Formats: sequence, C-alpha cells, structure tokens
Amino acid sequence: MYMKQLSVFMENREGRLEEVLEVLKNNKVNIVSLSLADTNEFGILRMLVNRPQAAYNALKKNGFSSKLTDVLAVKLSHRVGMLQELLEAVCAEHINIEYMYALSTGGDDASMVLKTSDLEKAERALRNKGVEIVTPEEIGLDFD
Amino acid sequence: MDMKADGKARKGKKRKGQRNMIWNETKECMSRDEKRVLQSARLVKTVDRVYHNVPFYRKRMQSIGIEPGDIRGIEDLSKLPFTTKADLRDNYPFGLFAVPQSEIVRIHASSGTTGKATVVGYTRRDLEIWSECVARALTMAGVTREDIIQVAYGYGLFTGGLGAHGGAEKLGATVVPMSTGNTKKLTTMMVDFGVTAIACTPSYLLHIAETLEENGEIDKIRLKAAVCGAEPWTENMRRQIEDRLHIHAHDIYGLSEVMGPGVACDCEFHQGLHVYDDHFLPEVIHPDTLEPLEDGETGELVFTTITKEGLPLLRYRTRDLTSITYETCQCGRTLPRISRFKGRSDDMLIIRGVNVFPSQIESALLEMGGTTPHYMMIVDRVNNLDTLEVQVEVEESVFSDEIRELERLTKKIAHVLQQAIGLAVKVKLVEPKSIERSMGKAVHVIDKRKLV
Repeated sequence: MYMKQLSVFMENREGRLEEVLEVLKNNKVNIVSLSLADTNEFGILRMLVNRPQAAYNALKKNGFSSKLTDVLAVKLSHRVGMLQELLEAVCAEHINIEYMYALSTGGDDASMVLKTSDLEKAERALRNKGVEIVTPEEIGLDFD
Repeated sequence: MDMKADGKARKGKKRKGQRNMIWNETKECMSRDEKRVLQSARLVKTVDRVYHNVPFYRKRMQSIGIEPGDIRGIEDLSKLPFTTKADLRDNYPFGLFAVPQSEIVRIHASSGTTGKATVVGYTRRDLEIWSECVARALTMAGVTREDIIQVAYGYGLFTGGLGAHGGAEKLGATVVPMSTGNTKKLTTMMVDFGVTAIACTPSYLLHIAETLEENGEIDKIRLKAAVCGAEPWTENMRRQIEDRLHIHAHDIYGLSEVMGPGVACDCEFHQGLHVYDDHFLPEVIHPDTLEPLEDGETGELVFTTITKEGLPLLRYRTRDLTSITYETCQCGRTLPRISRFKGRSDDMLIIRGVNVFPSQIESALLEMGGTTPHYMMIVDRVNNLDTLEVQVEVEESVFSDEIRELERLTKKIAHVLQQAIGLAVKVKLVEPKSIERSMGKAVHVIDKRKLV
C-alpha cells in the first residue's frame, strides 16, 4: 500500500515556500508530513497531505510544477537500531533509497517515508522482515 | 570629446613605445578626391564582377532593374541592393563566391543563427589585402617590426587568430601564436620573451592583467601596446586596461563576412575607428527606412567590399550601430572614422568573442523536448570574463521529485546548449511562469555587463 506524495518544484529564494503553503491553506489542504530538499538554486518540497489530488490541482492552477509520486510509509518502534535494521533489509535487496523523512503517526511509534529505486521490491523485503506498512487511512489521507 | 581630461590623467605615467607611424601613407592619407576616383574605379569593377560571376547578385540586380553599366562611381552606391547575413546563409556554403573554388585558398566560418555557420572564402590576394589592413591597424597601435606580439585570439575557423597573425607577420613583427585557453603559459611567455604587444579580446586582456597582478609579474612585463577587438567595449574599459598595464590599447574592428579583424582600427587619438575605405566602402543607413544617413547621424553600418575576389559583398548590413565622419584626423589620416559602436540593430550578442543569437538557445531547447520556449539569458562579466546563464522553466513534464533527476536535467540542458552555441553555459532551473512574459517582442536577454 503506497502513499501519494505531493512534490513541488521551488526556486531557492525567499517567499516561495510561503506561497505554496498559502495555496494549500486556501484550498483547505492539511499537511501531515513534509520534507524540504534544497540545492543552491532550487528546492523540492515533498509532502504527505490529507487531499493529495485536490492539492495537486490547486498548485497546478496557481502555476506550480508539482507531481504525485508513490512512496512507502513504514512503522518503526521507538528503539535504538530499529532504522538501521530496516535499512539493512532494503540494502540486502540492492535497493537504493532516493530519500526518506520522518512521519508523525502519533502514539509511541515513529514512522518513516521512503522513496526507493524499486518500491515494490522494497515493500516485499520489509514485509518479509515483519515491518508494518502505514496505510493512508491511518494518517487521515483520503483518495479524493 | 574629453581629450584634456585624458591627457591630464596620463601625465606623469610612463608609457613605452613610439607613436605616429603610418603603414601606408599613400592610401591612408590620400585626399578625399583622389580616394573617390580610386573607390569608384574599384566599385565599378566589383559590381561588374559580381554581376557576371555570382548568380545571386545578378538576379537581385535584375529584379530591381539595374545593370553593371548603371554604376559609374561611388555616387551610385545607393542604387545597389543590400546583402544580409540571411543571404549568406541561404547560399551556404559557397554560393556567393565570385571565383572558382580552385582560386580559394582559405575558408573561415562564424556561428550562425540556425546552427549553420556563415562561410567565407579568401583568394591568395584577399589574404594579402587582409594582412595589409591588419598591418595598418597594428602600425596605428604603434607596433613595429621590432616588436614581439602575442596573438591571443582563437586560431581556427574564427578569423581573429589567423587574421591578426597574418598582419603581424606582414609587418615583420615576431609573432607568438598563443591562441586562447592557457593564461598561465601566456603570462609566463609574456615575461620570459619580453613580449611588447598583444592582440586579444579586451575582456581577456583585463583577465591577463589580473593574472599578472596576482602573480606579482605586472612589473616584469615589457608590454607597450594592445590591439583589442571581437567584442564591444568602452572608453572606460580602454583606460582601465591602459592604466593597469601601462600600455596603449587600440580598438580593432572587423567581421568575417567583410574580411575579419582589420576593417577599421583607432589611432593614438582614439577619436573613432579609421575605416580602410580603399578596400571597404562604409555607409550608415537608417535601419528601418534603409535610407543613407548624414555624417554624424547614428544608424546601421553597411559595407561594400571593393577589392575582394573570393567573396565580394554589396552593401552588407552589419547590424552594428554607429555614426561616421570624414573629417581628417589629428593623426593625419584622411580615412573616415566610425564612432564606437552604440549597439546592434538585431539581437545578436557577442559573448567572449563568440556570436550568440537567442534564437540558437530557443531552437536547441525546443529540439531537446520537455522544456518550454520560455527562457532568459543572463550575460554578465565576472572577473573580466563573460558569463552566460540560461534560466529554463521547469515544466511539469520534466519535473521530478528526485534532486538527482533535476541535476541530470540541468547538465543535459547545459550540454545541449554548449553544443549549439560553442560556449560553456550555466543552466538554472526556475519555476514555471517565473520568466516575465512580455506583451510585445519577448525579452530573452538581460545583459548585465557593465562596459565601464
């Protein structure tokens, strides 16, 4: 079960992030988790939002280049070495992790969002390892 | 204009070199009347030759109802049809040559708007006249056979290197054919050889000055004169070069279609560039009405070659904006003088001596696919070297959620553009619609180079 992640292209200059967020606010989109990757000149804002398709449409209407991508969200228990063990399983399958960031799911558990070179293979490897995959419903995402 | 201030500023500064030499006094100081007779005879001959040898010109003259016999002297010049860069391109590669190919001993080429080069050809005599013109220019700059000159224009299809080289050899100077690209070697040899003159672009010369300063070699050079061209520069830049290197710097002008460097050059009084009008007839026309303008009025510079054999051109529109004066110069030359260029009547940019048209960028981007025709070229001069940044809008179709992919895209665009224009390009990805849309003619260039 994949998550639909919304990514937005932004130039690395003042006011750009705020403008994206304003579009999302005006369209009643709630951000569940986000990560910002920056380079010298541009950045990519990656988010899990409650209404991905509506958010995508709104951004497009406002002239942003954005994209919906499948990502994997996995549950981790809060203990030392957990993340390393998880990555070990992924690496064993020769899967490359393009990026990852933390996801707050409340409670005692921590969660991670992962984008890998082969999502299907990664999901299989993690499930075999007994890792729990977060479902969109759990974090309040709808498929509108 | 401000000769006084100029003179004052230089007072007390020692500059090396002998002044006031003239390479060909007969031609350069000829009375205007005698010159008209010479020009008329040469023009008549040229018109006759192109009419009979170049189908393009024959057709064009016939279409406006003129025959060689209608051109009896330079007073009839304005009856002749114009030639444009597009005409050269349409007749690519050798269509406008007026001699059999066996007579052509050299080919040069410059970048064109559509990726196809503009090709020019020279007979043995054309090369001799070219050397003669460059020798006149070098002499104007105070260079003599006693000098050691580094030619630091690019050698190859570009006319700069070989053009300056031929003239310097004709003059009898010792030529060091540096070409471009290795500043360290250039400055080392400048010091070790006791180089006294240099030919290169003005921005490169400033870069050389900086390198010499950084290496503490500025007091070890024996340089006294520079002949700079192939890109626009200003009076202030000339003074900066002169003050930093303690030399005399001269502005040499030329274009490959007409010949190459050596069509015009300024003398020690720097009151405009002397045109060698016994070989090239200059005119200044209104760029829109195409009517000839009065002396002193600014318009588009047009050249008719009157001694060229390989590629004679009638009324070639240079797109360079200038004005002309026929007053005798303080140096004694009666050659007409064109003012420093005030811009161009088309959108061509000269970056590091290379002609660049925005349309080249546009077609390269469109051919690549995935990008929009919305782009902005930002030209700047950093540490005296021209830089070109091209901003490209990231459309949804090429946007990726991975940095790696976007960086790959940046590199790919940079590579494609470099292939298209022959210059290193810095590519910057920008948001869609962030490049200002213009209501009229799209603005594709921001030239931040401060020519001061």
